[in-house]
Amino acid sequence: MISFSAVAKRYPAGQEALRDVSFSLEAGELAFLTGRSGAGKSTLLKLIPGIERPSAGTVVVNGQNVGALKRRAIPYLRRNIGLVFQDQKLLYDRSVYDNVMLPLSFSGNTPAESARRARAALDKVGLLARERANPIQLSGGEQQRLAIARAVVNRPSLLVADEPTANLDAESAARILDIFVAFHQVGVTVLISTHDQALVSRFGKKVLHLEAGKIL
Amino acid sequence: MRGWLRQHRQAFRAALRRMGVLNALVIGVALSFPAGGYALLESLRTVAARVTLDPQITVFLAASAKRADADALGVKLRGEARIAQVRFVPREEALKELSSVQGIPELIAALGRNPLPDAFVVTSKEGALEPLAADLAKLPGVARVQADAVWARRLAALGGLARLALWLLAALLGAGLIAVTFNTVRLQILTQRDEIEVSKLIGATDGFIRRPFYYVGLLQGIAGGVIALAISWAALSLLNLEVRALAESYGSGFRFGFLKPWDAAAVVLAAGLLGFFGAQLSVSRHLKEIEPK
Repeated sequence: MISFSAVAKRYPAGQEALRDVSFSLEAGELAFLTGRSGAGKSTLLKLIPGIERPSAGTVVVNGQNVGALKRRAIPYLRRNIGLVFQDQKLLYDRSVYDNVMLPLSFSGNTPAESARRARAALDKVGLLARERANPIQLSGGEQQRLAIARAVVNRPSLLVADEPTANLDAESAARILDIFVAFHQVGVTVLISTHDQALVSRFGKKVLHLEAGKIL
Repeated sequence: MRGWLRQHRQAFRAALRRMGVLNALVIGVALSFPAGGYALLESLRTVAARVTLDPQITVFLAASAKRADADALGVKLRGEARIAQVRFVPREEALKELSSVQGIPELIAALGRNPLPDAFVVTSKEGALEPLAADLAKLPGVARVQADAVWARRLAALGGLARLALWLLAALLGAGLIAVTFNTVRLQILTQRDEIEVSKLIGATDGFIRRPFYYVGLLQGIAGGVIALAISWAALSLLNLEVRALAESYGSGFRFGFLKPWDAAAVVLAAGLLGFFGAQLSVSRHLKEIEPK
């Protein structure tokens, strides 16, 4: 599903974020990406949907070489990847429901099918009752769950989450992780970055540990 | 195909929501100048076209001249190398022609005699009428020489100048339309920065993101064009109220005509295309800057 081989990433300013990173993730696998802030976790995750491109090495996602993809092909790659960001990137000028509808607006579904999928996604993260609310009215944990609902509404085969439990209390964080595990159990490949080592050990899943841009 | 249509409908609706009514009004007011001016000029041109542009000169004899003097002058005129054609208009015929004009028969009846002289209408072989007219005026028995075509040509030249000025104005305001749309779209892209960024992250194509802005430009231009037509129509109707009174006092049915349907359609179409172009310029310039990091 995801395969990194000898990937390096240098930013134009010269700092080296990743060095010789190689790993692979099978379809349906759940893995954690750990490491301190600044270890390169975000950079690694950004290479998967082509937000950043590798300076060296190859990143293959769903059989596609992301680094070599044309700009035009990137949106189609991203439609099959559910992205959850640390800062959620919700839109506060519209309701919870409309936030989840956004990815459906260009997926070619009929309006009825889109509405059904949006409600199903909200139901899975336990936010169906809040569909009319504005995201600003939601708690931190609820906002993160909304972000997950938006990421999964198009039923991607891959879910990538960057520090989804940062800034959350233990209970909210646990609930978020439970949701990811539930998606993993129905066959979705999941990659979650976190700096919370204790949380990771609880699950006994594959762990990729980054330190100073290298996988240990 | 149906999905594609649905996306266009979506973009169209989004554009309708985002379109600035005030912007359309600004565009409309600006474009009403060339549109109305063109209608005005076209009306005047059809009037001017009725005035002959043939290189004709009318040579009037003195009212006291005898028919024999006229015949003698006719021979001289026909012998003149620069003259292509000579037509004699006896004073009786001239009177008959004039009598068809409203109010004139009463005037002549009051005079009690035919005040008109015999005349020749000569057609010049050359374009330059003034030297020939001056020479004809020196012939014996000639009381007055009139070259109508001279002022008709001056009027036509003036009309041509006015048209050129209108086209220049239209070009300037067209550039203004592009600039207004460019700026509207730029501001909209700025205010929707978050939505655009998120859309890109979750797999929206560039086309999907650009489409509503193209529609904004197109619709705003079309709305501006329609407003321009409405304004110029209203202005011409208002003018016609006054013109009617004036024209009727001359026994004329003259009115300023509105733009022909095809010209009106061209105004709306051109405004729409310019708006689209402005939006495209703006989008290709400003959307690039929003890349998720």
